[in-house]
Amino acid sequence: MGDQSDRSTAEPLEFREVTKRYPGASKPAVDKLSLEVPAGEICVLVGPSGCGKTTAMRMVNRMNEITSGDILLGGRSVKDRKPAELRREIGYVIQHIGLFPHWTIAENIATVPKLQGWDKARIAARVEELLDLIGLPADTSSRYPSQLSGGQRQRVGVARALACDPPVMLMDEPFGAIDPINRERLQNEFLRLQAELRKTIVFVTHDIDEAIKMGDRIAILQEGGKLAQYAPPAELLMYPASRFVEDFVGSDRALKRLALQRVRDIDLWKAAAIRVGTPVTEARAELEDADVPYGMLVDDNGRPKGWLSDRAMTGERVTDDVRSPAHPIVELDDVLRDALADLLSSETRYGAVVDKNGSLAGVLSLEVIQHFLHAAPAASPTGADLISE
Amino acid sequence: MIAPGLAFLGDFGEAIKFIFQERESVSGGVQIGGIPELAGFTATHMYVSLAALAIAAVLAIPLALWLGHLGRGDFIATATSNVGRAVPSLALLAFFISFVGLGYTNVIAVLVLLAIPPLITNTYVGVRQVDRDTVDAARGQGLTGMEIVRKIELPLALPSIFAGMRTSAVNVVATATIAPLANVQTLGEPIITPQTYGFVGQLGASILVAVITLLVDFLFARLQRAVTPEGVKLARPAKARRRFSFPTKRSPKQA
Amino acid sequence: MIGLPIAQLQIDKPGGADDCVSSNGFCPEWIAENIDRYWTPLLEHVYLTVAPVAIGFAISLALAIMAHRRRWLTGPVIAISGIFFAIPSVAAFFLLQPLTGLGYTTAMVALVSYTLLIIFRNITDGLRNVPAETRDAALGQGLTERQVLYRVEFPMAVPEIMAGLRIATSTTVGLAALAVFAGAGGLGAEILVDKRFKSNVVVAGGLAVLLAAAFDLMILGAQRAMTPWRRSRA
Repeated sequence: MGDQSDRSTAEPLEFREVTKRYPGASKPAVDKLSLEVPAGEICVLVGPSGCGKTTAMRMVNRMNEITSGDILLGGRSVKDRKPAELRREIGYVIQHIGLFPHWTIAENIATVPKLQGWDKARIAARVEELLDLIGLPADTSSRYPSQLSGGQRQRVGVARALACDPPVMLMDEPFGAIDPINRERLQNEFLRLQAELRKTIVFVTHDIDEAIKMGDRIAILQEGGKLAQYAPPAELLMYPASRFVEDFVGSDRALKRLALQRVRDIDLWKAAAIRVGTPVTEARAELEDADVPYGMLVDDNGRPKGWLSDRAMTGERVTDDVRSPAHPIVELDDVLRDALADLLSSETRYGAVVDKNGSLAGVLSLEVIQHFLHAAPAASPTGADLISE
Repeated sequence: MIAPGLAFLGDFGEAIKFIFQERESVSGGVQIGGIPELAGFTATHMYVSLAALAIAAVLAIPLALWLGHLGRGDFIATATSNVGRAVPSLALLAFFISFVGLGYTNVIAVLVLLAIPPLITNTYVGVRQVDRDTVDAARGQGLTGMEIVRKIELPLALPSIFAGMRTSAVNVVATATIAPLANVQTLGEPIITPQTYGFVGQLGASILVAVITLLVDFLFARLQRAVTPEGVKLARPAKARRRFSFPTKRSPKQA
Repeated sequence: MIGLPIAQLQIDKPGGADDCVSSNGFCPEWIAENIDRYWTPLLEHVYLTVAPVAIGFAISLALAIMAHRRRWLTGPVIAISGIFFAIPSVAAFFLLQPLTGLGYTTAMVALVSYTLLIIFRNITDGLRNVPAETRDAALGQGLTERQVLYRVEFPMAVPEIMAGLRIATSTTVGLAALAVFAGAGGLGAEILVDKRFKSNVVVAGGLAVLLAAAFDLMILGAQRAMTPWRRSRA
């Protein structure tokens, strides 16, 4: 779980029976949406095209006006303040970024600070700080948006939104226009940033996998702007509230759950780690104790060499007669889904799990994974947890 | 009955009377004004204008079509439009008068030169704006270059071409007004001979010139609208360029 | 009122290089000796170009800002200025005379109205071509509509506005040549003083073309200076 940073300025956000109705439309675009986002958490709004997720997000900063209901930011209604004032306190990141091409990167980042009347020195310091935070070199500040790549521009968009340390951030498919490889990188970096800054974030996406990775809580909206389910990712995957949610999440939701876990998180089977020359009686005793009927030959450092054959255990001492190699070898830190993929692509039932030093730490099998999937989870893991370890 | 009403308009009234009624010239001795004489001027005016426009179209449009098809004419298109704008029509006419002489051929040559730049620029731009994917698909289906120009690029570029013709037509008709300087008697004749026609004549001719030019402009605008294919009218490219993925107040159906 | 008697076809024969002049060749010596007489018309022509463009720009800018908020204004403005634009300058110079008399006022009114269509349309197009996501990001950051217009949309529209100014200036140089019909001066008057004399025509006409080119380059230079972000590309 992420730490609660002391310097967090985040505020909670609440949607209260929020409805958006466009004139002349028979159905509302957003229908009585109610949900609470605790301070410092990422709430992902996800759903098919036309479900109202972006409309809902844009009501928080009044880019769309609320027809009925209210949105409370830190307890205060967003309707209390003038729109321009409200928006200066909310970070806003959109898919196509919208950097001003005629301003340098520094000037772009300083958009809101300048509006708020900060002095030059303070602005310059903040720009430097933010560039460092998003991982861009300091000389970027004097360049123009057209000189940056798409990924770099997206990061500047995030920096710009963070400039005045807003309590809430709105992000509308911010990584949608980036290629898949860089998208994953940006997502991971953003989660690391969030672990440090702990902002309250409303994040819109149409991609359920991104939602599961990024969200502390996920709100699935269906057509007509109705809330279908609002829950943390693991709960969503395990207990979908309706047929719609089930379909939207996908029939591979069990696999999706595995994407949120590491091998170390689940109860692995114990295997007997046996060195060459061990007395056979000792070896057999260990085998009794283990969950796997075969012994694993290990070297002096405990590294697995192969599964022992019955012949190896016939004499006085254990020989190095191996029936099959130790493949696949999976690490404790591997994401469980990837480990399963390795297991499936080999022909063995058992995968050897090793720790950072390479010594045997346990055994993974399909049954182990099934057992995990059926047990109720002790804690609700999120994509952020995966990143921060 | 009409006369008092026109008299109320002062000079303009007199000018309109000049158009319809013959009267004696300022210097005396000659009959001027009235429909027959002015119709003659108008006929000359339209003749040189149409001839010049036709010649310019035949010269400029095929060339610009081909350049646009090849994509090679960027420099030529911008250069001709810049030069075409920079050269004053009066200077060009005077140049021809002094170097070549007076007469119809001269005038038409000058008008052709003035008509060419907008035609080249607009035709070229019109062809370049045809969606490259469309052309690509056509080529992939086996159409030759000429066929692509004829069946795809030309029809789709027609609105732009007609916009160019509209600009050229207006320029040509306007410039034909000063043709009398080269002894070609268009509607500008009363304008440059005030000693015969007087201010009233000048004004009357000006009114006619203005009306005719506006008619030509209107006519070509209509033609341009007529040749715009339905599908293109509906697409409204300027707006399409600005559309992006999430909704504005005008598109309530999207998320 | 009688218009200027401008159809004088006399061949002016100022002194010097008589043979060249009387045979109507192209006479460099004559040009060199008489270059001074083009100075005043040139200055008049500069005035007849710069003033209408400046005034036209001011008017177009005001109209464009109004039309930016009230989109419905755009159509009528373009339609009306389009009508002015279609009326040939010569005709306009006369049609205005009953109202504004003979002289610079008439020329100015006509020339200003010709610049309106070009500049207004370019300013409006320039503002409209600002990408929607840039506008959205600007509003989302908390800029007011006014701030968005002045700090984001106008600076981004500079290239198109400048293009409009360039077109308007070139066109006005050409039209100002006809201002002689309105009773104003300029290089056009100089051409007509002796429209058959080659040297005269070449110098007067050539000066007009050079003037147009000079203005064009100046405005282009100003545009480059005002848009440093376009010079640097990734």
